[in-house]
Amino acid sequence: MAEETKPGGETPAAGAKPEPPKKAAPVMQVTPWEGPLVDALKEHFGTQIKEFSVYRNQSFLVADLAAAIPILEYLKLEQEFDYLVDITAVDYPKKEKRFEVVWILYSFARNERIRIKADVAESESPATAVGVHIGADWLEREVFDMFGIKFEGHPNMTRILMPDEWKGYPLRKDYSIIQQDQEWVRENLKIESAQ
Amino acid sequence: MAAGATFLDTNEIVLNMGPQHPSTHGVLRVILKLDGETVRGCECVIGYLHRGVEKIAENRTYKQFAPYVDRMDYVAAVSNALGYCLAVETLGAVEVPERAQAVRVILSELNRIASHLLWLGTHALDIGAITPVFYCFREREEVLKIFERYCGARLTTHAFRIGGLEYETYDAFEKDCITFCDWFDKKVDEYEELLTTNRIWVGRTKGVGIIDAAKCKEYGVTGPVLRAAGVKWDLRKAQPYSGYEKYDFDIPVCHNSDTYDRYIVRMQEFRQSVRIIRQAVDSLPQGPIMGKVSKVYKPPIGEAYVSIEAPKGELGYYVVSDGSVQAYRLRIRPPSFVNLQALDEMCRGSLIADVVAIIGTIDIVLGEVDR
Repeated sequence: MAEETKPGGETPAAGAKPEPPKKAAPVMQVTPWEGPLVDALKEHFGTQIKEFSVYRNQSFLVADLAAAIPILEYLKLEQEFDYLVDITAVDYPKKEKRFEVVWILYSFARNERIRIKADVAESESPATAVGVHIGADWLEREVFDMFGIKFEGHPNMTRILMPDEWKGYPLRKDYSIIQQDQEWVRENLKIESAQ
Repeated sequence: MAAGATFLDTNEIVLNMGPQHPSTHGVLRVILKLDGETVRGCECVIGYLHRGVEKIAENRTYKQFAPYVDRMDYVAAVSNALGYCLAVETLGAVEVPERAQAVRVILSELNRIASHLLWLGTHALDIGAITPVFYCFREREEVLKIFERYCGARLTTHAFRIGGLEYETYDAFEKDCITFCDWFDKKVDEYEELLTTNRIWVGRTKGVGIIDAAKCKEYGVTGPVLRAAGVKWDLRKAQPYSGYEKYDFDIPVCHNSDTYDRYIVRMQEFRQSVRIIRQAVDSLPQGPIMGKVSKVYKPPIGEAYVSIEAPKGELGYYVVSDGSVQAYRLRIRPPSFVNLQALDEMCRGSLIADVVAIIGTIDIVLGEVDR
């Protein structure tokens, strides 16, 4: 996680030189997350949830991918986490499972915000959350658009911000900041390069 | 003939609205499915203004990226900056001095007024009332003048820095704010006189674009739309940031969840913002305006999600740090993007002319939808 994966040499930012990779990779300094909610989740999902942690007063849990949607459903129906704030992903190309999908939830009744994280391999398709929260529709489409993670069972898994025919997933770490779909640019904008 | 159709049914007509259409507030394309004049469904096509802000964030240092957030919701640049600074400060556990916090609150509330004024003017213009837009822009000008005097810019202000403020307030800052508040209170009365009981206004907005509280929560809709549906929820009260807990103000709520109620909620928010500005100016503490932040800002490895009550709803930043000078990942949760998703739900069953009113009432800025 500590290793730099920025596209080398192409970043025009001043002072943005990649650091030399550290030897013992430092990790996030988390404290354990405890409480009745954690107990209930442990009872329900057992070993499917691997970690309960707090960082900067923000609680999050790391779960198996298969358990993610059941957890969302359980939290919505039984624990009043009725507002899906956001779905997003983070790309760690060097990890065995390259993506980390993040669901952010909020409960109006409890005034509490939690995050659910799950690792997703490039070949895996997480299940859609649309059946639990309708609002997941566009959020998942954006994750697909930017990272190429396909959500299984989504009613309309198409690009949302980028052009439909665009090739490549811009927010992946191996997609350079100046990279573009040359063919698309040539065909649609009638110019050699958009740079 | 399709199942359930009768002999008199007409074919469904597909109508493209936008992307170049004055009342879609930018480059939004809405594909309407019509049965006569009734909307049966709609689909939004967005992305025309996509600039890859999140990608840029991964390739700039934390400080270099700060001006970019102003370009998302460009009518509420100060709020964007506040959310970004708070998120990055949370990640690095930076303490912001009290004076800086208070000035941030004042400028953010002024920006909320400016944003709502632009909304009111253009929304009324869309519906056919041409007068309010002139008044709204006149008042908005005064807010922009305060911004200009404070930091030299009117729209994309880059007013805040990580750790506090770059500039001390100018000499007549407090006086300008109070003068504006005194003057603006009366102006809100004027708008209300023009519109609140205006028969045409009421006719065009009452019962239009209804979305109830349960649906709002399912879609993740926040801000004035949620409050007009009877949910008394405002992040400034629910999870106060930047010292909002020190000020006395109310959360305006309405219960009919239609376009008219959203108008009423925003009119009340004008008055509440004025209340907050007055208190913040009166109790403006002295002291430093910049916290302890190293020149090369490197938050430790970790992640944080911080959100604020922007004029349009919950604006959140999810920042992941790998311990370097750049964000490893920066996700922006824009209120406009999420709120716009409910357009289909709000439009179904209404008339074409109402679609214009409904797009206006959600209050979107395409710069933020597309990023």
